[in-house]
Amino acid sequence: MAMTEEAMRERKEYAKKAGWKIFAIWLVLSLIGEVLVLYVWGPHMPPGDMTTSAASQQFDFKVLTAMVVPVLLMVWVYGAWSLINFHATKTDRGDGIPLRGNRRVQGIWYVTSAALVLFLAGFGTYELINGNGVGSGEGPSPIWKPTAKHMLVVQVIAQQWRFTYRWPQFGGMETTSIDLPADTTIQFDVTSLDVIHDFWAYQLGVKADANPDVNNVAYTTTSNQLGRFTVRCDELCGIWHGAMYNYGHVVSKSAFYTWASNMEAQNASVTKLLPPFATTYTPSYSGAGGGYYPSYDPNGHAVTY
Amino acid sequence: MNKGARISIVLVSAAVAVGLILFGIFGYLRTYPPTVVFTPSPTQPHTVDVTLQVDPDVGPGHAHPAWPGWFAKNAQGKWVQTTLYQVPERTYVHVTVYEYDSGGPLRNPIWGKVTGTVGNDVVLNGKTVSLLDAAQGFGVGHTIVAPALGLSVPVWGLSGTEKTFCQTGPCTLSNAHNVETFTFYTGNHPHNYRWQCFIPCGAGYLNGNGGPMATTGYMAGFWKVVA
Repeated sequence: MAMTEEAMRERKEYAKKAGWKIFAIWLVLSLIGEVLVLYVWGPHMPPGDMTTSAASQQFDFKVLTAMVVPVLLMVWVYGAWSLINFHATKTDRGDGIPLRGNRRVQGIWYVTSAALVLFLAGFGTYELINGNGVGSGEGPSPIWKPTAKHMLVVQVIAQQWRFTYRWPQFGGMETTSIDLPADTTIQFDVTSLDVIHDFWAYQLGVKADANPDVNNVAYTTTSNQLGRFTVRCDELCGIWHGAMYNYGHVVSKSAFYTWASNMEAQNASVTKLLPPFATTYTPSYSGAGGGYYPSYDPNGHAVTY
Repeated sequence: MNKGARISIVLVSAAVAVGLILFGIFGYLRTYPPTVVFTPSPTQPHTVDVTLQVDPDVGPGHAHPAWPGWFAKNAQGKWVQTTLYQVPERTYVHVTVYEYDSGGPLRNPIWGKVTGTVGNDVVLNGKTVSLLDAAQGFGVGHTIVAPALGLSVPVWGLSGTEKTFCQTGPCTLSNAHNVETFTFYTGNHPHNYRWQCFIPCGAGYLNGNGGPMATTGYMAGFWKVVA
């Protein structure tokens, strides 16, 4: 049954009022949501801000969540409005209301969606390529390097099933634990002595694959936030993969140098047996049982130290 | 036979088949080598003695006779092929290792350093040492490394050409061997502490890993510290 002009006008008036109400509710909830995301939840989002890369990743999460909130709320508010106002009674057998498109609303919808998607594409691309120290391994020839003049170099050596750490600036000592100084730029040189592992220091925002014969370099700068971080292997590497983790600490510079000096002294006996710091920590090629180190190389690989 | 009976037979048969498959799978997964329990003597309540040997081949009668592996001497003086050892908490564990296997260089020489023992050293053939240079002599045969206990002990290897070199375990004192003793403290946190060997000795496996290196009872196990 065709609607009368009067009924059509009433419907249109209702749609207009309802639309503004929905918009107003959405706007208020979105503003509240954005404040909560950016200022209440945001500072506690993972992975924290212990380093520049962690802070950068936290910023990315904040931006993405802030973009998601209005979209999510629009769906929820419109859905809730529909559930409350547009339900049919049990005896209603009539057709639904004849709907007409609103080009202005549709246009706003399309333009807003396109702008949102384009922004996210641009933001994501920028965050991927800009040199803000995202903390991922860049391979043996890093595209981006920090500008800091003095960097602490830590070689991360993975093997089934443990991480050890070489400190070329401390006599080439090697430790089974890791402490880092606050407010310092760190260069992680990540490699493996056997199979593929992955060095993942979650709270530092650093994650780099540990591949045999490859020096995978990752950078980050610690903040003044002290505390414990976890180092995990993030590549399924064998039966004890789950046990391949340990803890590190970001400590004050003075505490770090005390620790490093003590470790250097404690490790002096074994340090002289270790090969010099290498861009690649090449394992022996002699297979089972290992080989004398530095080893002969029957496979023709370059062994450089 | 009516339809209901045929359906019943099919369902019961299927249930039995699934049950057998699950029994087999879980039976395999739950297969562990035995745990040797070490208890202190009444006169020395906070110390236990653990005697181990490591052999080039565990020998016949075991799941993988050609793999290298560890034996522990149980309370009856019998050698048990296992890497699961139960010791009490707050206890000094005196370990004696009879090394019957040949040695070699370490892939990472840091594992030649002794840590986590009382004094951070071991007594090797009567001589106290805190570091084994695996590039010297016949190298290191195996290591006992329990990361969470901070324990890392390299075990000095033998020449594979010894006249009395033991071929299959359990070996005897008449075979060529090294004796290494050390003591560590179990602490006050009861837990199953994983330990492993860091000498890739899985001949025939990629980089020497896999096989015995990845199998409980051969080159990986637990120190079960109990209250």
